[in-house]
Amino acid sequence: MSYADYTLGDPIADTAAPDGPIETRWERRRFGVRLVNPANKRKLHVIVVGTGLAGGSAAATLAELGYRVSAFCYQDSPRRAHSIAAQGGINAAKNYRNDGDSVYRLFYDTVKGGDFRARESNVHRLAEISRQIIDQCVAQGVPFAREYGGLLDNRSFGGAQVSRTFYARGQTGQQLLLGAYQALERQVDAGGVTMYPRHEMLELIVVDGHARGIVARDLITGETRSHLADAVVLASGGYGNVFFLSTNAKGCNVTASWRAHRKGALFANPCFTQIHPTCILVSGDHQSKLTLMSESLRNDGRVWVPLRKGDDRDPNAIPEAERDYFLERQYPAFGNLVPRDIASRAAKNVCDEGRGVGPGGLGVFLDFAEVIDRLGRPAVEAKYGNLFQMYQRITGEDPYRVPMRIYPAVHYTMGGLWVDYDLQSTIPGLFVVGEANFSDHGANRLGASALMQGLADGYFVLPTTIGDYLARVGHEPVDRDHPAVLEAEADVAQRIDTLLSINGSRTVDSFHRELGHLMWEHCGMERTEAGLRKALDRIPELRKEFWEDVRVPGTGVELNQSLERAGRVGDFFELAELMCLDALHRNESCGGHFRAESQTPDGEAARDDEHFSYAAAWEFTGRGEAPVLHKEDLTFEYVAPTQRSYK
Amino acid sequence: MRLHLKVWRQHDADDRGAMRSYDVDDASPDMSFLELLDVLNEKLTTEGEEPVAFDHDCREGICGACSMVIDGQPHGPEKATTTCQLHLRHFRDGDTITVEPFRAGSFPVVKDLVVDRSAFDRIIAAGGYVSAPTGSAPDAHAVPVPKDQADRAFTAAACIGCGACVAACPNGSASLFLGAKITHLGELPQGQPERDSRVLAMVAEHDAAGFGGCTNTGECADACPKEIPLDVISQLNRDYLAARRSRRRSA
Repeated sequence: MSYADYTLGDPIADTAAPDGPIETRWERRRFGVRLVNPANKRKLHVIVVGTGLAGGSAAATLAELGYRVSAFCYQDSPRRAHSIAAQGGINAAKNYRNDGDSVYRLFYDTVKGGDFRARESNVHRLAEISRQIIDQCVAQGVPFAREYGGLLDNRSFGGAQVSRTFYARGQTGQQLLLGAYQALERQVDAGGVTMYPRHEMLELIVVDGHARGIVARDLITGETRSHLADAVVLASGGYGNVFFLSTNAKGCNVTASWRAHRKGALFANPCFTQIHPTCILVSGDHQSKLTLMSESLRNDGRVWVPLRKGDDRDPNAIPEAERDYFLERQYPAFGNLVPRDIASRAAKNVCDEGRGVGPGGLGVFLDFAEVIDRLGRPAVEAKYGNLFQMYQRITGEDPYRVPMRIYPAVHYTMGGLWVDYDLQSTIPGLFVVGEANFSDHGANRLGASALMQGLADGYFVLPTTIGDYLARVGHEPVDRDHPAVLEAEADVAQRIDTLLSINGSRTVDSFHRELGHLMWEHCGMERTEAGLRKALDRIPELRKEFWEDVRVPGTGVELNQSLERAGRVGDFFELAELMCLDALHRNESCGGHFRAESQTPDGEAARDDEHFSYAAAWEFTGRGEAPVLHKEDLTFEYVAPTQRSYK
Repeated sequence: MRLHLKVWRQHDADDRGAMRSYDVDDASPDMSFLELLDVLNEKLTTEGEEPVAFDHDCREGICGACSMVIDGQPHGPEKATTTCQLHLRHFRDGDTITVEPFRAGSFPVVKDLVVDRSAFDRIIAAGGYVSAPTGSAPDAHAVPVPKDQADRAFTAAACIGCGACVAACPNGSASLFLGAKITHLGELPQGQPERDSRVLAMVAEHDAAGFGGCTNTGECADACPKEIPLDVISQLNRDYLAARRSRRRSA
């Protein structure tokens, strides 16, 4: 039986979401949770893996509530988690602009933007909490952009016609993360959080069906050790690096999530990946990562290509009449501010027609001449100065004088570990927050919503719902010699030994690049049955080669960056196969998942609600073995699914 | 491009370490400096040598992980640029480039170009925050903040915690890092209640970690990839003296 012959398991019956009026579901859930006596919280120990917006805010808040927290990150400091790189902003339904925004509109935009593949209850809660997040961050001293009157400024973002995005120049993620990091360090100082930087989770410990700890490797000494607790929170981010080239940090990886998946946590919608339309072009084979140019640039920048194929004149020499502002032409209502999936595909299409610019014709212009003319250079500098600087540093070109050249790149993954309304995975006691879960964005995430979700999960949702679990279970301590602990430790040790003993001829990166290329080719912006089947044939072969021919120098008892990467790439191989299978089985187009076989006559994504209105949650059955599909049926009581239109 | 690299190799904290020479023959001007090290490491790995360990993550100039001294300057010759965004077009074919870790007593070398900067976290933990437990916040518009104050707070808050300031300082002082946080929080109304206790606790931790004192050479601001202005140190000193005075008065 081949991997593609997956079997259908039981549907997911209970998402733990309350029913009744959507406006009061979260309020009723909060009232329904059991509370932990404050004196008992001190005795309860929670492990948090990852210290980005979701993990950092969760660890800090849990410690504030009185729980004992151990927080882990692979970076040398929790402040370096990749949330730091988010540029554009964070959405909140404050309606400070009086432009018709509301919780309900943010909810509506997010469900629609996600192409009707998200759970309504979760999305509504996210929109409600968005307002509190801004209050919380301002109280922490996050220096958001302000108007001359001293009040907060807002900007627009893709997929929305109201101005609800709060920002701190082009460094919103950095400022929000530093807020969470400082709250976390405050708890470190107060003794509520024990911080384990330069530690990587390599296994989940499951005892009697409950998540009770992790095995982590100290990246400096190489020592692997079990850490036991009453509950485990994964906040380990997304898996975009399966493509090798992405806007993710080099260290971002799927290992924590994948290890949990192998231990029984279902993995949902892995094929829902977001390709961001505005990234700096690839400059050569040496390219190690891609750099995003914030979507906020599409507020004022105009996207175009030459009307004529192969027009390689200096862009400033191409007259207006010979330019095609293709987003404005195809989507007059939203123009350059269409959602990411639509903007990316439109760019791909004009390049496929041979009208792309730059090396290999894989680029489009993002032009600021009009806004510089209208507002003057100083105003543009104040808004986007650091982004322009970054562009110039990388490309050596001055975007004040010549249009930027951009192309789509992998940026975010909507899929992730399946969680219920309480953010609990299918393993009791294992909670998943932020990008690592699949919960709120459906098949496409709107700009400025990742920061909102990470902080909603970490500051407000998880600290409430995890208490209900802890109050109900009343765990006994786990013995360090428990067979489940010893087995997890032995598995980790064996995997490390194997990687170090292969001593083959190829480097880890060479395998990772090849896998990434395969995934971009066949599971990237446009997917076809033939391509996906080809990838499903090739991935297991390449994985086999990896486990027979990879060369990992050094030993396991020292800082060994090749070994770290090898472990991560090993897990990416298994994830890649599941992504392709998920993309193959979902024979419809929705959001970031575009199947060439399923499009409208004018080339837009054609959803198939009759057959695919569900979240696909996959159960692991063994490496290379056909997985089992569990469906969570999605019902839309409030936002009636329609063909998305931004025209 | 053909480049000659002289790279600091040190197996672990106890090893004495030494400079080693390597040639990279197929560099391209469009590569970033870290991509040059990637190419070198691929070559070393294939030849059976241990690759050079170095810290890096986002590779877009914001996480603050990269931490090397290039040709004697933290983050290399380009102003306001982290190593990960330094491109080889700023070097010439045939150049010899030296690469060392950030040097400071408070940043012990872990391996090759990797140093231990955990002292920075301890300084923040000592007081670099506003105590605002989750859920306790008033509406975001309850307290307006004048734009120039908010902008100055932002400029200081842009610090990425890389430690180039320490590596550049002849005294190994972290005053720029410290002053940046003091200024960020000190400019905002939310930071006022803890203004005195913050500066006293953070300075005490800074000194305990072994960072030196500031003697106004200005090397730190010059090396800072985020152009944190030198005057944050003036604010640090002013706040510190004011806090000491008010402590004495209340004692």
